[in-house]
Order: sequence, then structure tokens, then C-alpha cells
Amino acid sequence: MTGRISIVGRMNSSAIAVSGLRKAFGNKIVLNGIDLDVPTGTIFSLLGPNGAGKTTTVNVLTTLMKADGGTVRVAGHDVVTEAKAVRAAIGVTGQFAAVDELLTGQENLQLMVDLSPVPAKEGKRTITELLERFDLVESAQKLVSTYSGGMRRKLDLAMTLVGNPRIIFLDEPTTGLDPRSRRTMWSIIRELVADGVTIFLTTQQLDEADQLADRIAVLDQGRLVAQGTPDELKRQIPGTHVRLRFTTAAELDAAAQILTGGTRDNEALTLQVPSDGGTKSLRAVLDRLDEYSLRADELTVHTPDLDDVFLALTGHDTEVAAK
Amino acid sequence: MKSHSTVMLRRNFKHIARNPTTVLNAVLLPVLLLWMFVYVLGDAFNVGVDYVDYATPGLILLAVCYGLSATAVSVNSDMTKGIINRFKVMDVPRSAMLTGHVIASVLTNLLAIGAIIGVAFALGFSPSASFLDWLGVIGIVVLLGFAAGWLTVALGLAAKSPETAGLAAVPLVLLPFFSSAIVPADKMGSGVRQFAEYQPFTPIIETLRGLLTGAPAGHNALAAIAWCVGIALVGYLWARSTFNKRA
Repeated sequence: MTGRISIVGRMNSSAIAVSGLRKAFGNKIVLNGIDLDVPTGTIFSLLGPNGAGKTTTVNVLTTLMKADGGTVRVAGHDVVTEAKAVRAAIGVTGQFAAVDELLTGQENLQLMVDLSPVPAKEGKRTITELLERFDLVESAQKLVSTYSGGMRRKLDLAMTLVGNPRIIFLDEPTTGLDPRSRRTMWSIIRELVADGVTIFLTTQQLDEADQLADRIAVLDQGRLVAQGTPDELKRQIPGTHVRLRFTTAAELDAAAQILTGGTRDNEALTLQVPSDGGTKSLRAVLDRLDEYSLRADELTVHTPDLDDVFLALTGHDTEVAAK
Repeated sequence: MKSHSTVMLRRNFKHIARNPTTVLNAVLLPVLLLWMFVYVLGDAFNVGVDYVDYATPGLILLAVCYGLSATAVSVNSDMTKGIINRFKVMDVPRSAMLTGHVIASVLTNLLAIGAIIGVAFALGFSPSASFLDWLGVIGIVVLLGFAAGWLTVALGLAAKSPETAGLAAVPLVLLPFFSSAIVPADKMGSGVRQFAEYQPFTPIIETLRGLLTGAPAGHNALAAIAWCVGIALVGYLWARSTFNKRA
């Protein structure tokens, strides 16, 4: 557990400062005292399974929902008493692509320009730039109902960028995307931060948080159970390893002696050996087995995921957390 | 920056133009019903006057109701797809977002009613209405459109998914059948009759009937206006509170 104390007197460096945030729906406590601080120009990732309270947090931070307790300041403004000022500074891309399917890509962006204080002439230029940047020029005149999931997400984010917001909230921006679209989304997010934008991102995927975030907070049943840099967090969970399954206890014994640092499971007849999962380290393990004429029935490479994080940090898996 | 209301209304119009099947449904179904009741079944009904003259005011009301489920679905999909949240974060006023839907709904109603009246004339409808009476008809219809529109927007906002939103509007579509729209209430079975006599649509239909064909309308006009204002108020307040609560 790391409780972070926001630094008083340096509010300008915090894009988002949250303390003691609480929210309940009826009897169900969704957020139970959240404290976090996001420095300007960084990516902050809120990691947690379905039902952990990620979307509720985003809704409160973006003025869409009122909290029951605690204070939230975004861009230096209170989300309750200065909601208008907060809204002027932020952009939000929700969990589902909030695009208008009966409009074309270009019309969707035009709609955002018309609704924002951007002057018409500048708006036209912004639309052209965004279409180019998100590789949507060719489909700009097509109805969004014909777009693929990846294109919708890109358009969604492009729409969010119309007012040039300095703080952007992304609620599970890559859920449901194929690996290629996911990578495209990641590189767009990195570009935004390079321009000095602050990003608050929620995700269910450890690798996404690891790839993008400067800081990660793990949300479990409405509480932050850990907070830190990706490296700090990864030190607390088991790393990548290979899992070898043998036919007999004798073979397992022999293997455990020659592959040091492994964890054995006598019931499942398996041995877990730390490894980075690369071909070189795999070959080393295989060579070592060959040397002693041992053979494993099965070999699997396991990279840590959200379940491992939860098991390590909370002692229960994500299923429990979702309840 | 253009007025938010204008932008929103233009968006709603584009939706109608791009998705003509919903409007076609809202226009064609009532027309089909009018044709069925008057041309196919009409001779079997004995209502004391030419049946087309009796049924047309009722079908005008039915035409309003048929347009509603499309409105509920489109409001709900804005809500569930996060489009309303997007607009909220952009500080688009609530009135602009919801009024756009209501106005689009009323205009769809007027289109359907225009079609109904046109077909009714083709089937021999001979109203005795004066110019002022026609103005009264338009007034009642627009008032009803706004009232039903606000109620439907509220239903759409409150529903969990577009499918349930569409279903939520079904009672509004069925309600006219349990009124004096198709046959006079006093010809119905006990229980249904009392319901038909006191439900809001009956005084509205009787008012339209009075204006169009000179049938005795009694106090119906006042009751009709009171019902419309009441429904509009309930719909508006419900829509407002659901809109503020849901994120």
C-alpha cells in the first residue's frame, strides 16, 4: 500500500488531484476513499477488473457524476463548484465509441467544432488535420455505420481532440480492438503526451498500463491497493516464467535439481522456472533438460496479467473483485 | 460558434433523412391502418356517421403515437452510446440536446398526420371544419406531439437499452385502441369502456372530432388541453431528472 500525499503549494504541477473520493450507489460502495495525484504532462493509468470502479472514477473526475465525499481538482479547478472551467480543459473518450453512426466521419468532427468555441475557419483546418493524423481521410465522407471498430475508436479520439484539451480521459480505449488497432491507439496516445497533454487512462490490461503509463494505480473494490511506477509494481508480482509439466514425481525431482530457482507443485507435477519468455532463455532451459535426458510433457510460457497482479496484491483474483 | 440548439436540431434532421425507414414506418403504418379500418372493415362498424369521418380523428392520434418509438430509440442510443455524455462534457445545454429530439418527433408526427389526412380525403373524408377549426386541430395536434414527445424522451432516457426503449413506447401505441379512436367507447365491454372514457386520449380525439366534423365536443377541449399540458409537464420533469442523474 502506498498512500500518496499531494504536495501542497504546487498545485500547478498537478493536472489531477483527488483526495478521499467516495461514491456509493444505494448500499453498494463503489469508491471507498481514493487518493491520487497526476502530474501535468504524464500518463496515469487506473488498472482494475470489470466492476472495480474505474468508469465511476472517470465519471466523477469529468463532472458527469457527483461524488458523495472527497475533493477532486482537475486542471486546478474543483469539479463541483467550477465544473464549467474543468469541462473547458478536458476531453473524454468513454468506454464505447461515442460517435454518431448516421453522420460521416467529417460530419462528426464538424459537429464537435460547431459545439465548441472554436471559430469556424480554424475548425475547418482542425478537421483536416485530425482526419490526416488519424488516417481517416479516405473514409471521411462515409457514414460511420460502415466504419470498423478501430476506425470508430480513432474517430472518437479525434472528436475528443477538437477543442485541443490539455487533459484527456480515456476509459478503456483499446477494449475490443484487434492487436494492430491497439498499437495504433498506443502510438497516438504517446504522441499526445509528447505534445504536453496529460492522460488519465483506465485499462484492464497490465501490459497496456505497463507500455504507456508513468504511474499506475491498482483499483480493487473501490480502493487503491497499490500505486507506483510500472517497475515498482512489477517488482511486487511474479515475473514471466515457463511452466514445465512432467509425467512422474521422479522426473520432477530431477528437473528441480538441475533447474535452480524454480517453484515446484508436487500435485500438478509442474515446475515453474523464471524466464523472460524469449527464445534464448527457452533454449537454455531445453538444453539443460536434454543434457540430463529429461523430457517434459508440456511447456507453457506465462506472462503476468491482471489476475497475477490481483493475486499478488490482494490475495484474490479478479473474479472476486468484480462481485 | 453557432447556437447549440440549431446544431442539435440539424443533427436530428440529418438522422431522419439518413434513416428514412423509421419515418416511413411512422407514416406508412397509420396510413395502412386507416385504409384497413375504413376500406376493409369500415362497413361493419355502425357509428351513426360515415365511418371515414369517424375514424380519421382517431387515426390522427394514432399517427402521433406510432412515431414515438423511433424517438425513444434514438434518445436512448444517444444515452447508451455515450453521445449525451460527450455533449455534457462539452457544456452543451440539456435543453438543446433534448429539445432537438422533441422537435424532430413533432415534425415526424406532422408528416404522418399530413399523410393520414391526405389518404382520408381520398377515401371520402368530408370534414365540416372551418379555417379556424383547422387551426384548432393543428394546435391540439402540436400540443399533443410536444406532450407525447417529452414523455417519450423521458422513457428513452430511462430505458436500459435501445431495445427496451422501443418496447417502452409500445403502450403509447396501443393506448389509442382502448379509446374512442376506432369505435365509440360506449360500444365496448364493461371495464374497458370506463377505461376508454377516462383515459387521456379520448377527450383529445373527441376534441379533434368536434373540430373536424362538428360532433358535439362538450368539455372535451378543456380536458384535452389539461391532459396534454399535464403529460408534457410530467415528461419534461422526468426527462430532466433522469438526464441529470444518469451518466
